Formats: sequence, C-alpha cells, structure tokens
Amino acid sequence: MILPLRLEEVSFSARGRAIIAPLSLELGAGPSTIILGANGAGKSVLMRLMHGLIAPTAGRVLWSGPNTRSKQAMVFQHPVMLRRSALDNVIYALKAAGIARHERERLAREALSEVGLLAAARTPARVLSGGQQQRLALARAWALHPEVLFLDEPTASLDPSATREIEAVIRGFDASGTKVVMATHNLGQALRLGDEVLFVHQGRLVERAPAERFFRQPGSAEAAAFIKGELPWV
Amino acid sequence: MADFPAVFEQPELWAIVVLSLQVSLSAVGFATLAGLPLGAAIAVGRFPGRGATIVLLNALMGLPPVVVGLAVYLLLSRAGPLGGLGLLFTPGAMVVAQTILILPIIAALSRQAVEDAWREYDEQLRSLGVEGLRAALTVLWDVRFSLLTAVLAGLGRASAEVGAVMIVGGNIDGVTRVMTTAIALETSKGDLPLALGLGIVLIGIVLVLNAAAFLVKEAAQRRYG
Repeated sequence: MILPLRLEEVSFSARGRAIIAPLSLELGAGPSTIILGANGAGKSVLMRLMHGLIAPTAGRVLWSGPNTRSKQAMVFQHPVMLRRSALDNVIYALKAAGIARHERERLAREALSEVGLLAAARTPARVLSGGQQQRLALARAWALHPEVLFLDEPTASLDPSATREIEAVIRGFDASGTKVVMATHNLGQALRLGDEVLFVHQGRLVERAPAERFFRQPGSAEAAAFIKGELPWV
Repeated sequence: MADFPAVFEQPELWAIVVLSLQVSLSAVGFATLAGLPLGAAIAVGRFPGRGATIVLLNALMGLPPVVVGLAVYLLLSRAGPLGGLGLLFTPGAMVVAQTILILPIIAALSRQAVEDAWREYDEQLRSLGVEGLRAALTVLWDVRFSLLTAVLAGLGRASAEVGAVMIVGGNIDGVTRVMTTAIALETSKGDLPLALGLGIVLIGIVLVLNAAAFLVKEAAQRRYG
C-alpha cells in the first residue's frame, strides 16, 4: 500500500513565477478525487508533482509505502504511443514494471479486452483513432494494476462518444478498487465521475468537498463563479 | 559524341564507380557509428554550452569540402601530425576526409529527430519508470526511419563532393580516382563521353538512394503511423 499520499507545504514555481502556492493535503484510498479548475489553474502541475514527474520547488511529497513508481500510473491528455502494435505497447509497460516475460502477453490481452480493444491487438498503435489510443493508454495503465491512477484531462480532445467510452473504462477502474485521481475542467465529467472535488484556482487549493455538495453549495466565491461559468478563463 | 553509349562498356568506368562507392560507404559507416550516438547524446543531455554545441553542429553541416580536404591534407602530409601513417593519396585518406565532412550532417539530423521524439516521450517513459539508457534506446528504435534519412543525407553528400577527395586523394588513375574527380578531369581534357557517362551513373545512384529512402519512410509511416 502506497496510500495515503501526503503533500506537505508543496509549492512549485518556474522562472520565478509561482504555479502552485504552498499546499498541504492528504489523499487516501477509496472514492475517486477530481481536481477541478480552469485552464491554467495548476491542475496538471499539481498532478505531475503527485506522480513525481516534476520535483516540488519546496515542500515534500510523501507516499506511505515502498516501490511507489510501479504502483501508480498516469494517462495523459494526449496519449503517447510507441511505434509498435497496440499489444506491444502494453507489453512494453509490463516489461518496464518488471513483470515476468511469460506473464506479459496474457496480462496485456486481458487489459486490451477490458477496454474493448482486443480485436485491434495487432494494429499499430499510432494508426488507431484518438479515442482508441486513449483507451489503449488506459489499457496500458490497467495492465499494471496500479493502486493509484492519475488522469490528466483524458477526454479533453475527444468527441462525445469516445468520451463516454473512456468514462466507462474509468468507472471500471474505480469499481476495481484503484484510486482514481483525475484533473478536468469539465463540470459534467466531474459530476459524473467524482466522489470528491479538489477545486484549484490560480495555483491554490481553494476548496475540498464531496462532489454532490460542491456543486449544490460551493463554499467559496471562486468555486461558485466557476460553476456558474463566470470565472475569467486564465 | 557518337561513341557515347560505348563508355558504359569500358571496365575503367565501372572501376571508378566501385571505388567511389567503397570510399563513400565506408565514410558513411564510420560517420554513422560516431554520429548517431553523438546526436542522441546531445538531444537527451543537459549540459552547459548545449545551445552553442547545437549551433556549431548545424553550422558544420555546411562545411566546404575543400576546406575539410585542406585540413586533412595538413594532418596527413609528411610533415603533419599524422604524416607517419602514410595515408595521404590513398583511398584511406579519402575515407577520413569524407567521414569528417558528413559526421556533422548525420549527428545534427539525428539530434533533431531524437530531440523531437524525446520531447514527446519523456514524461510517458518516466511515468512507466523507464529512464536513462533504456529510454534512449527506446526512442532511437522508434525514430529509426528518420535516422535512415539522416544517414542517406550523409551518403548523398559524400558521393557528390569533389573538393575533399581531390585534395587528399590526388585523383590518381586507378588508385584514388572517383566519379566526381574523374568528371572534373575528363571534362577539362575534353573527353566528354566519359565525363557524361560518369555523371549519369552518379545522378542515377543519388536518385536511387533518395527513392529508396522515400519509399522506406512512406512504408514505415503507413505501417507504424
């Protein structure tokens, strides 16, 4: 178990500009967490700090257990696929995670089947459509059976039907016990998938509340403005 | 010009073509062995003076062959630092000169290809826990078709240049005479059929190489996206 994850006075600045103001929070196992905020609010940076892709300028990111890298996965807004088949992309991730060779193909096929891509196993990954590539990215994460899954606006560049498919897979992750942490600026998606909301505004964690209450009765003026669509878009 | 087609039956012409290919392919081999890792290392590495290194490398793509020829001549001449090797006016000297000429081309073009891919893959690979040499090898393998273009650009440059091989090879009949130097000599002597025949073969080789590179990249694009 690597959860709970604790952030202690974590801040991040680039070229002298503060992107994340000092922020402390704890994320435990269980219900999914949505990081909600406008474009440029710092959602992606916050998630990359948690996942360890960038180091905080100050403060500490603390996981509770060892081998944190292999127990978390991240799906990016634009999936990055290697120039090889869909199946081989999943197998590559399993190999990187140190899974024994004879196990890899079976696990990869299971994961592809989970996202409905088994028929495309031999198709070169980069030839797949945007929605299929994102499902493949989810399969690659699924195969690793992560304890925590980070999703950075996974449907921001997809059409509504591809978005529905992705959301179904994310619900599957949630049901299987993986802790889902997803950044989005899409209110509908936050409501559909989120159990709790972390509302981020200008690099600050403004509000943390159960999703249902957050949307019914936001506790801050910024959140209320964002929900009403009045927040200046930067 | 009546005997023009007959030049293709001269064994002399084909001996020149074979020597040209031997010299240029050897140079491409050496420049690739050194240039790909160099380009990849500059693409991925973060070190002081990196920007200046890239500018220098790009500028060196335009190295004038005669200047490279002169430098290698000074190195290899009897009184030069490497004079003891006795390489001057041998095919070996021509390989050295062409390797120096095309190394920056292969290194600079592969640096660009690897860096573009790296920018795209970096976060994903680190997220999967793949770093260092393993990440570099993954990226190199994924851009292998772009690297092929870099290598062929080097081969095109090597097989088409005159200045460097002329100076360090000396254009000695049957020893260091290659297509480009033979064309220059035969034209000045007035033997236009031989010069023209060699010119046609040279253009044909360059065309075939570029067509091959184009087809391989097209096929790869369709196959792997």
